[in-house]
Amino acid sequence: MTEPIKVLTANIDKPNSASIETYGDYAAARKALAMKPEDVVTLVKDSELRGRGGAGFPTGMKWSFVPKNAPKPTYLLCNADESEPGTFKDRVLIEQDPHLLLEGMLIAAYAIGSCPMGYIYIRGEFYFGATVLDKALEEARAKGFLGKNIFGTGFDFDMTVHRGAGAYICGEETGLIESVEGHRGQPRVKPPFPAVVGVFGGPTVVNNVETLACVPLIVKNGAEWFKGFGTPKNTGPKLYCVSGNVKKPGVYEFPMGINLKELIYDHCGGITGDRKLKAVIPGGASAPMLLPDEIDLPLNFDAVMKAGSMLGSAGIIVLDESVCIVDAVWRLAKFFAHESCGQCTPCREGTNWLESILDRLERGEGRPQDADLLLDMSDNIGGKSLCALGDAAIGPVISSVRKFRDEYVYHVTHKSCLPGTRRYRRLDMPVAAH
Amino acid sequence: MADLHPDNPYAKDRFPDRAKQVEFPPEHKARFEHLLTRYPTKEACLLPTLHLAQEVWGWISPEVVHYVGSLLDLSPAQVFGVVSFYNMYNQKPVGKYHLQVCTNLSCMVSNAYDIYDHLCDRLKINPGETTKDGLYTVVEVECLGSCGTAPVVQINNDYHENMDVAKMDALLPTLK
Ligand SMILES: Cc1cc2nc3c(=O)[nH]c(=O)nc-3n(C[C@H](O)[C@H](O)[C@H](O)COP(=O)(O)O)c2cc1C
Ligand code: SF4
Ligand code: FES
Repeated sequence: MTEPIKVLTANIDKPNSASIETYGDYAAARKALAMKPEDVVTLVKDSELRGRGGAGFPTGMKWSFVPKNAPKPTYLLCNADESEPGTFKDRVLIEQDPHLLLEGMLIAAYAIGSCPMGYIYIRGEFYFGATVLDKALEEARAKGFLGKNIFGTGFDFDMTVHRGAGAYICGEETGLIESVEGHRGQPRVKPPFPAVVGVFGGPTVVNNVETLACVPLIVKNGAEWFKGFGTPKNTGPKLYCVSGNVKKPGVYEFPMGINLKELIYDHCGGITGDRKLKAVIPGGASAPMLLPDEIDLPLNFDAVMKAGSMLGSAGIIVLDESVCIVDAVWRLAKFFAHESCGQCTPCREGTNWLESILDRLERGEGRPQDADLLLDMSDNIGGKSLCALGDAAIGPVISSVRKFRDEYVYHVTHKSCLPGTRRYRRLDMPVAAH
Repeated sequence: MADLHPDNPYAKDRFPDRAKQVEFPPEHKARFEHLLTRYPTKEACLLPTLHLAQEVWGWISPEVVHYVGSLLDLSPAQVFGVVSFYNMYNQKPVGKYHLQVCTNLSCMVSNAYDIYDHLCDRLKINPGETTKDGLYTVVEVECLGSCGTAPVVQINNDYHENMDVAKMDALLPTLK
C-alpha cells in the first residue's frame, strides 16, 4: 500500500500553523531572490511541475511566455477561487499554511518580473480564509518579507487579497482577470493569452494555490527531488480531495499518481454502508464519470486522460449504488446552467436545456428520444463555446448517457428511478427566483 | 412606459429615494480609501466596495448602487450589472441569518436536501424567502468548496460542516 505523505501538508498539523513564527523565515524566497529570475524559471521547468488548477499546464513554460520589456506592468494572480464541485484542497493550504502560498507567490513574482502588486483572487465564500491571508500578509510585511527592497535585493512586491462574490466562472483565468478589473466575470476570447495581455492590459500569470505552494519546495529541495514524486511529466506531491459516498472523505496527500481504487478502498475506508460502487468522478464536476471497472488507474494527468476523463482539480466524487444517476447528473447540469456566464448562445441555452431535459426525466415526463437528445445537445455545446465551461458541462452528461443508458431508458419507460436508487430532492419544492 | 422588471433598480417603486441617501460610516469610509491605494484603476475597487456596502447595509439597494457608482465614477448601470452577475450580492434584504444550504453533488448524496426541506418546513417559508420576524432567509447554494465535510450550511460568513437535520434543529434556537 502506498503511504500518504506530508510534503505540501507538512505544516498543517502544527500548533499555530498559520503564523509566520511556525512557518519560518522564507528561506526558499531568500535563495530564489539571490538567483537570476530566468534561472528560477528554468528550475521550475526542470521540476516538470504542472498546474494544479485543472488543465495541468507546465508551470515553468507558462512563466517563460511572459514577454520582457512589455509596455504595461506584468502581474501575478493567484487563483484561489476553488469553485469546481468536489474540490476543497486549496482551502486547507490557505487556512492552515498561508505563508507557503505567500512565499510561492513572492518567488513566482520575482521569476516573471511582476510589478510590485499581486492579487490573490479568493472566492467570496471563503471569508475566514481571506482573514487568514490578510493576517499572514501583515506578518510578512512586518518582517520585511514583502514591501520594498525585499532581502536587500532591490525587488519590491506586495499582495492584495481580492474577494470574489460567488461566480464559478471567475475561476476561469480570463473570467478571473475581468473580475479583478471590477467587471462581470465573463471570459475573454483567446488569443491574446493572459501571458501577453492580461489584467490591466499587462502580461499576466494566473496560477492555482497548490501550484504556487509547490514552488518554495522546489526552490528549497531542487527539481530532482520534486521529480522523485510520481512519474515523468506527472511529478510532485499532490493533494487529492475525496468526497461523496466514502467512509472517510477528506484531503489526502500522495506522490502524484496514487491508484484511484486504492485511494477509495484502502485510504478512504471504502463505500459508505459497504454498499457497491456505482461511479466515480475523478477530477471535479467537469470530469467524465468512470465505472467501477475503470478505476484501477494512477491518478495523474496523463493516465486519467487516457481513461477518457481528466484529473482536473483532483476532486474525486464517489457515488454508490443507491444514487440515481439521472438525479446526480441533473444536479451537476443545474450547477453549470446556473454558472454559465451567458456570453455564448450554445452554452447559455444548452446548459439550461440539459438541466430541463434531465429534470423532466426525473419527473417521469421523459420522452423516448431524450437520451439521444442529451447527446445531441451536448454535441452542440462542446467545442462551440468560448471558454471551457461549455465543455465541462457536457462531461458528466455524455459519460453518464453512454455508461448508464439503461437507467435513462428506465426513467422513460417506468416514469421512475431504478428500484434501489433514490432521488434526493423534493419535486414539489418551488425554485427560488434568481 | 412599459413596466420594468421589479428587480430593475430603475423600476418606478425602486428608483433611488433622495430621502434615503446613503453614506459609509467613518470606519468603512477609511477602508474604502485604503482600497483605492491597492489597485491601479478605480473600477477595480468595485467588488470590494460592494462587499463593504453589504457589510454596512445587508443588501445592495438602488440607493447603494448609485452611491457606489458615484464613489468610483461608474454609471449605476455598470454597478448594477456587476451586482446582478454575482451571487453573493443581495438584491433584496435578507434575514439576520442567511442560511445557505449547499446542495451540490457531494452534499446532496450526504442528504443536504433533507436539511434544506426541513428548514423551509420548520420556518414555513419558500426557498429564497425571509421569515416574518426578519430572522432567517433560506437559500440553496452551489458547492462551497468544503465537500469533505458535507453537508455544509453557510450561515452569514461562517461554515457549519458535517451538518444534519438534528444539528440544524439544535443550532437554530441559538441564532436569535
Ligand atoms: C469554468 C472553469 C473554472 C475554473 N475554476 C478554477 C478554480 O476554481 N481554481 C483554479 O485554480 N483554476 C480554475 N480553472 C482553471 C484556470 O482557468 C486556470 O487554468 C488555472 O488557474 C491555471 O493555474 P495552474 O496553471 O496553476 O493550474 C477553471 C477553469 C475553467 C474553464
Ligand atoms: S462557454 Fe459559457 S461560461 Fe464560457 S464564455 Fe461562453 S457562455 Fe460564458
Ligand atoms: S458539494 Fe457541498 S461543499 Fe462541495
